[in-house]
Amino acid sequence: MIVVRQKPLDEICDVVAGHRRVLLVGCNTCAAVSLAGGETEVLALLEALALAAFRKGSHIEFASAVVSRQCEPEFVDTLETEGFDAVLSLGCGAGVAFIASTEEIPVYPALDTLFIGAATGFARWQAECSACGSCVLAETAGICPMTRCAKGILNGPCGGVQAGRCELGDRDCAWVLIHDRLERQGKVEQFAVIGGLKDHSVKSTCCEWDLSGTHGGAR
Amino acid sequence: MSLRNALAAGTFAITSEVAPPKGTDISEMLGAAESMRGYVHALNVTDNQASVMRLCTLAGCIHLRQHGHDPVLQVTCRDRNRLAMQSDLLGAASFGITNVLALTGDHVAIGDHPTAKPVFDLESVHLIQAMSSLNDGSDLAGNELHGRPDFLIGAVVTPDADPIRPQLAKFDKKIRAGASYFQTQAVYDAESFREFVDYAHGSGVKVLAGIVVLRSARMARFMTEKIPGITVPQPLIEQLERSSDAERTGVEIAARFIDQVRDVCDGVHIMAVGAEHLVPHVLMAADLERVA
Repeated sequence: MIVVRQKPLDEICDVVAGHRRVLLVGCNTCAAVSLAGGETEVLALLEALALAAFRKGSHIEFASAVVSRQCEPEFVDTLETEGFDAVLSLGCGAGVAFIASTEEIPVYPALDTLFIGAATGFARWQAECSACGSCVLAETAGICPMTRCAKGILNGPCGGVQAGRCELGDRDCAWVLIHDRLERQGKVEQFAVIGGLKDHSVKSTCCEWDLSGTHGGAR
Repeated sequence: MSLRNALAAGTFAITSEVAPPKGTDISEMLGAAESMRGYVHALNVTDNQASVMRLCTLAGCIHLRQHGHDPVLQVTCRDRNRLAMQSDLLGAASFGITNVLALTGDHVAIGDHPTAKPVFDLESVHLIQAMSSLNDGSDLAGNELHGRPDFLIGAVVTPDADPIRPQLAKFDKKIRAGASYFQTQAVYDAESFREFVDYAHGSGVKVLAGIVVLRSARMARFMTEKIPGITVPQPLIEQLERSSDAERTGVEIAARFIDQVRDVCDGVHIMAVGAEHLVPHVLMAADLERVA
């Protein structure tokens, strides 16, 4: 899923300053599971913003709504924005952008979108995918070096690995993990293969996709 | 004698390095280079070392060459994509700079522009492939070149990496990609270094031992704790601690190490980290002849 986290409150206050009526919109899918954009977080942010505005002596009225998914028309179409002069989205970047495409009023992000990840515990996430568009996981024992290596490099560890940890000190070295897993799978010879250059064209040349011919059809 | 000729002739190769300035005043860099003239075959010019933005390595190499030194262009993958890297390499070759050293490069997070976008479009193995491909007359996309370079392709390796097996696997890839000589991360344990050189010579590549001249016990401890792949043995740290002239002791330690490994390796790469005036002292203490 897409992992998000709330921006600093001051930054959010700054973008809504100058508006009169702001609608906070939560997203009940990824952002809710990230504990950053579900109903609870929408109400908590609403109260925090109202209090901050009150302290500054500014008169901003806040209201809230939560949709199932901010990235699909069938849910976004149900939003009632009449009478508001700004929307504050608690969705991922796609949610913000999609609502913005359907509204004339400004739509602002309350969250930063971090990565595609998997849950490793309560509010704990492992970044697993950067949506690079040319997956190498078949060669890397299911561990994404584009995401989990700080430099996003192919072909093995850089010189910065120390006791199996990244030189940045915040993670295990992805290439040591890949090497060890390949070894356990009896496929360490895969590590010796010099892969082709990364194909970045998928991400850099197209942002509008029609995949109807490649998937199973309409839901 | 140039580095290329020294390696080809089997002469014990001696290199060191200089860092370009933060700014346009190159006098200090040229002064450091001057202090090593006649003692080294070639001088590496670092490429935004430690991710700190400085005058570019290519310009640094051109200046050294104009002053009669044999420069080694250090190329990292952090700041440029595959177009820029190949283009800079061709630019270097057009100035007669053909000693190149391929590195992945430090992460931007440790440097002075920590919020910069790290590029790493290539990494060291693919960079070496790019250098080999240019030597063969075509670019990475397979397009033919009009006039080809003749790079002496160097690379780096950390013989004391932990864990070592993935590091050696990558070392092998660098050789297959076309690296012909390696300089190592700083090494202090002669016995384990000799074992590494044995392994490397099995593939027919040349190895220059990486030497960082220690100047204090504090520096030795810092390197062991903070710099991946460097371990200064405890007895050496104690020796520096007891010494009344730690700089001189550091020079002796470096010279002794060179003495212990010179019969097995193909040369040394001395990193003086801002104390380039010590390099001739190390080489004289190790009884190495001037390169002339």
